[in-house]
Amino acid sequence: MTNWTIKGASPLGGPARDLYVREGRIAEAPAPDATVIDAAGLIALPGLVDLHTHLREPGREDAETVLSGSRAAAAGGFTAVHAMANTDPVADTAGVVEQVWRLGREAGYCDVQPVGAVTVGIAGERLAELGAMAESAARVRIFSDDGHCVSDAALMRRALEYVKAFGGVVAQHAQEPRLTEGAQMNEGELSDVLGLRGWPAVAEEAIIARDVLLAAHTGSRLHVCHLSTAGSVEIVRWAKSKGYPVTAEVTPHHLLLTEDLVRGYDPVYKVNPPLRSKDDVEAVRAGLADGAIDVVATDHAPHPVEAKDCEWAVAAMGMLGLETALSVVQQTMVATGLLDWAGVADRMSVRAARIGQLEEHGRPLEVGEPANLTLLDPAAARVIEPASLHSRSRNTPFAGLELPGAVHATLLRGTATVLDGKVVDR
Amino acid sequence: MSAGPRRHLLSTADLSAEDAMLILDTAAEFARLADRPIKKLPTLRGRTVVNLFYEDSTRTRISFETAAKRLSADVINFSAKGSSVSKGESLKDTALTLEAMGADAVVVRHWASGGAHRLAHAGWIRSAVVNAGDGTHEHPTQALLDAYTLRARLGGLEGRRVTVVGDVLHSRVARSNVRLLATLGAEVTLVAPPTLMPFGVEGWPCSSSYALDPVLPKSDAVMMLRVQRERMDQAFFPTEREYSRRYGMHADRMAQLPEHAVVMHPGPMNRGLEISAEVADSARSTVTEQVANGVSVRMAVLYLLLGGSEPAIGTEDEGERR
Repeated sequence: MTNWTIKGASPLGGPARDLYVREGRIAEAPAPDATVIDAAGLIALPGLVDLHTHLREPGREDAETVLSGSRAAAAGGFTAVHAMANTDPVADTAGVVEQVWRLGREAGYCDVQPVGAVTVGIAGERLAELGAMAESAARVRIFSDDGHCVSDAALMRRALEYVKAFGGVVAQHAQEPRLTEGAQMNEGELSDVLGLRGWPAVAEEAIIARDVLLAAHTGSRLHVCHLSTAGSVEIVRWAKSKGYPVTAEVTPHHLLLTEDLVRGYDPVYKVNPPLRSKDDVEAVRAGLADGAIDVVATDHAPHPVEAKDCEWAVAAMGMLGLETALSVVQQTMVATGLLDWAGVADRMSVRAARIGQLEEHGRPLEVGEPANLTLLDPAAARVIEPASLHSRSRNTPFAGLELPGAVHATLLRGTATVLDGKVVDR
Repeated sequence: MSAGPRRHLLSTADLSAEDAMLILDTAAEFARLADRPIKKLPTLRGRTVVNLFYEDSTRTRISFETAAKRLSADVINFSAKGSSVSKGESLKDTALTLEAMGADAVVVRHWASGGAHRLAHAGWIRSAVVNAGDGTHEHPTQALLDAYTLRARLGGLEGRRVTVVGDVLHSRVARSNVRLLATLGAEVTLVAPPTLMPFGVEGWPCSSSYALDPVLPKSDAVMMLRVQRERMDQAFFPTEREYSRRYGMHADRMAQLPEHAVVMHPGPMNRGLEISAEVADSARSTVTEQVANGVSVRMAVLYLLLGGSEPAIGTEDEGERR
């Protein structure tokens, strides 16, 4: 294992100092054989943690694999990702979650923590064996039918109650199904101009409102996935003010992009929940800044070319996110003065690790802690080129955009997964 | 292939008043041809027009086919049913095929909103694209033939009051008409039950009303939209009878119209639902004129896009998008 001396980095954007890594942990003094990383001008953050990643394996290895997706994660500065359950087969048994977990360990680019499905086959009818997944080698703590909403109120209540037995959390994809049948984009003036069926904000907000009340009633942990509207921020803020056990995430694309991009009918901008209005973008930024929204989660959703190279209505929903998330947060939150780098560390690592109950991640950059860290060059700028991404897919909505910041290095328990801005082959 | 920039007709929102008047005036020239024993012009000889229909629409396809043939173009009818991803060939592969065959213009009817836009701008083909109806988005040549009919019947469009009644929410005809008629100076009022009124209609260049009767005496033309019976099952309105009572055009309502006012319908009609047989067959009805005018207007569109050394109307291609 390589030991490191990281010279002159700014931990969380603070005063520059040297960081020493010995045998996978942050150390008091440099190892005699340490390799030096010149980190002058670089910001050191705890390794980023993504609560919401679609790695597509098993089943859609044409779009992404655990290996390609975790390389993309490392390139984006992540040391841990939560692999969503809507694979084929669905991650609704101990066998599937252990398979994904094992593939992640074999790949070795970041910790791949599987999310278990709430219901069998994410069909929203019967609870999956949540206990078996919790007790498996994958140690599942987050359960989600993401892609589908657990819309049945009684089933949602039971899921919230049931996971209390092993300290689990239910992560809800908030989408009232009847209000969003055939929905193609945000409902508003533009959807009717373009003739695309609307996905109204109320369909998200109604479910979140119901679920925060269920969380209060059951005393169980609710996490709200990819919240996207101003009204949703208000509801979560209210729930937190009441002390309800609720957390929420926002995606990078909902922090930066608006529904106006749909005008050209290019399906690279098709995503669920859809891109919203400028007012919504401002509200989710404000919510992330004041802590009403706990974390940024990518909802990295790879799709093969043909799933996007078609008519809007038949295109798949979803966008890549892992390799651009930190840059988007720098642009939307840091450059705007809404968050400092300590705030970025909190929203992209500390709180995410806490929600996911990952003990080795989201830790302070202090002696004795696991050396999971990310070095960011905040002065760099790059134009996003789909062809240069590490994901197997190319469906980034940021293609051609110039974004600030570049990940210089990522360390996973002291092992470099990214060095000099390049993913290290393992 | 024309030497100038590629042009398309995708939305009436892209047409300036000058462009639209040029189309209507050109159509009027072609309409005179229809009275001659030999109806054919050699204008588009050697050009290939493909009718690419992803949705059944015999009347629109025949109208475009007749228009193209009267201009001596070669016409290929390509009917592609079903979803492009779940079964059969993708829109992209079909487009590449048409490109390889040397199509000069593709007239496309697609069930997906934005289908024509995608075909024109995804970088798959170089031919001109004419939108013959895309999902619930637009149907520009229908609006043009409606404007042509209105101008002929009312002697002009500026300041004329046009009331559009029915399922505006799902109507590509209504969308194209609102934009075109506003451009040409007409005053449009949309009438629909609140469930079938578009979400942001306040931002549209027209006024709106939930009640039909107060609008009738102030209408120079009333355009009845076809109502899909399946909307009833989706709870947009309670019953056909209630819809017909509140929003249907029948003899009593026709009597409230000014003497000169006309009743239009893009067809096919649901007699007894949005329009009674008495109205449909009356002298005020322009339904068959609309069909005849459709051929002249579509001739004008094809001629202006393909006829000269440079296209005379339409939006410029945005070029390669990726």
